[in-house]
Amino acid sequence: MIEVRELSKVYRRAGREIRALDGVDLTVRQGEVFGVVGQSGAGKSTLVRCVNLLERPTGGTVRLDGQVVTDLPPAELRRQRRRVGMVFQQFNLFDSRTVAGNVGYPLEIAGVGRRERARRVGDLLELVGLDERARAFPAELSGGQKQRVGIARALAADPAVLLSDEATSALDPETTTSILRLLRDLNQRLGLTILLITHEMGVVKEICDSVALLRAGRVVESGPIGELVARPDSVLARDLLPAPPGRPAREDRLVVDVTVTPAAADGPVLATLVRRFDVDVEVVGGSLETVGGQRVGRLQLELPGAGGHAEALAYLERAGLRPVVVTS
Amino acid sequence: MTDWTTLRPVLWEATVETLYMVAVSTVFTLLVGLPLGVLLYATARGRLLAAPALHRVLGAVVNVGRSLPFIILLVAVVPVTRAIVGTTIGATAAVVPLTIGAIPFFARLVEAGLREVDRGKVDAALAVGSTDWQVLSRVLVPEALPALVAGLTVTVVALISYSAMAGAVGGGGLGDLAIRYGYQRFQTDVTVVTVVLLVAIVQVLQFAGDALARRLSHR
Ligand SMILES: Nc1ncnc2c1ncn2[C@@H]1O[C@H](COP(=O)(O)OP(=O)(O)OP(=O)(O)O)[C@@H](O)[C@H]1O
Ligand SMILES: [Mg+2]
Repeated sequence: MIEVRELSKVYRRAGREIRALDGVDLTVRQGEVFGVVGQSGAGKSTLVRCVNLLERPTGGTVRLDGQVVTDLPPAELRRQRRRVGMVFQQFNLFDSRTVAGNVGYPLEIAGVGRRERARRVGDLLELVGLDERARAFPAELSGGQKQRVGIARALAADPAVLLSDEATSALDPETTTSILRLLRDLNQRLGLTILLITHEMGVVKEICDSVALLRAGRVVESGPIGELVARPDSVLARDLLPAPPGRPAREDRLVVDVTVTPAAADGPVLATLVRRFDVDVEVVGGSLETVGGQRVGRLQLELPGAGGHAEALAYLERAGLRPVVVTS
Repeated sequence: MTDWTTLRPVLWEATVETLYMVAVSTVFTLLVGLPLGVLLYATARGRLLAAPALHRVLGAVVNVGRSLPFIILLVAVVPVTRAIVGTTIGATAAVVPLTIGAIPFFARLVEAGLREVDRGKVDAALAVGSTDWQVLSRVLVPEALPALVAGLTVTVVALISYSAMAGAVGGGGLGDLAIRYGYQRFQTDVTVVTVVLLVAIVQVLQFAGDALARRLSHR
């Protein structure tokens, strides 16, 4: 759906060059919720601004549905922008317009007639649960309600893709949850593809199917969440599923972290381990999380003796538990 | 002593002349100053129609217009006035220098008002496929409307005081009256009455402008 290749963006400010994006590759599949995380200044906003064509990249391409949309003539550019909806951290509603006026704006500039517009606006407001407030002005709304208006406005032109740049960062946790639920719901009901920028791992856990980590303008890691958490060397996995607090390491014990995912083998793996290899396995720590809609967990196991257990570890590996020996 | 019965119609006439000068120059100031202010805003670096060279030229012209003392402008535009109006005396003739003086003033206020509109709103409008013209006419100007009304009020008030000056050099109106009676015939009470009238007009306009700006603001 969205294919970003070799994308780079250089800002020139007061004679200095700032390389905000430095060869970004990214593929967002049709119908998925794709998260982009990274520290402040990593280039996340620049990335979305390039995808919705508000910014012209210095190099590389962005494809929407197979069509290259970078370097389009102005009229075609505007047509493409309508296919990509955008939700902003600061909502960016038009204060001089009512809720209905805000949501109707994209239809208005597209030349949709008054009656048809009123009908569509009504539907959109119902979709985001704000049909009661159609005549209110943005100043009369709460942050969560404003963002619902922002989402309805972004959807008015019937885009195939929704971009969200820190859409929940200005909201309290409860409101964040309700907005994320709305996005998830839109994704499932309308088949909307969502590219979502955030600095909160909680957001990624809650609704993303895939995630990419951006650092200094480069993608350092990306993939479906289910796969990432199962990769012991993954930086993102460590953030998504932190290692459980264990006990202080001991000379005479072997400490092993394992990751339990739905992809791992069914059945009583630990019980089998104990029986087949005759080891006294002790669970000393663990956590369970819902990540990308799947229950995954990380356990810390202790095996007697400082080393060995090669066969036991091989068994865990075969069972898909990704054992990692913890060295202190 | 001052003969108020003969003076009353004169005062009335002068008031009407002042209001006429101010009203007509306000209309022309709005017609030229608003687009000029929008252009000043939009051609600045990083804005919608970024054209730094044009922006600098416009800025320079506006600055010259604003730094010229009005009394000098009054004299300097005499040939222009004669070309447009056919005479340099009377309220209609005064409209020309008044308008020329007020346009750069108002244009700067328009530019400042537009700059106050959050860039994010422009982004939001562009992101749904607006043309530059649609961003300007349907988002920027409406969002800045309270500021534009406040700017226009300030401009009208400035026009009233300029009109008194224009009147003094043959434009008619309350300023003319104050000079003719108060200064040249030592009728200080006439000066006081004209000043009170001018103050009252300013007060009413300022009050109306503030009320309108408040009504238009939904923030
Ligand atoms: N218009 C601009 N002009 C110059 N430099 C810019 C511009 N926009 C962004 N940058 C620079 O590009 C880099 C990436 O910025 P960007 O806003 O994309 O980061 P971000 O990941 O979104 O950060 P945050 O989490 O703080 O929003 C930063 O170094 C920033 O200073
Ligand atoms: Mg950002």
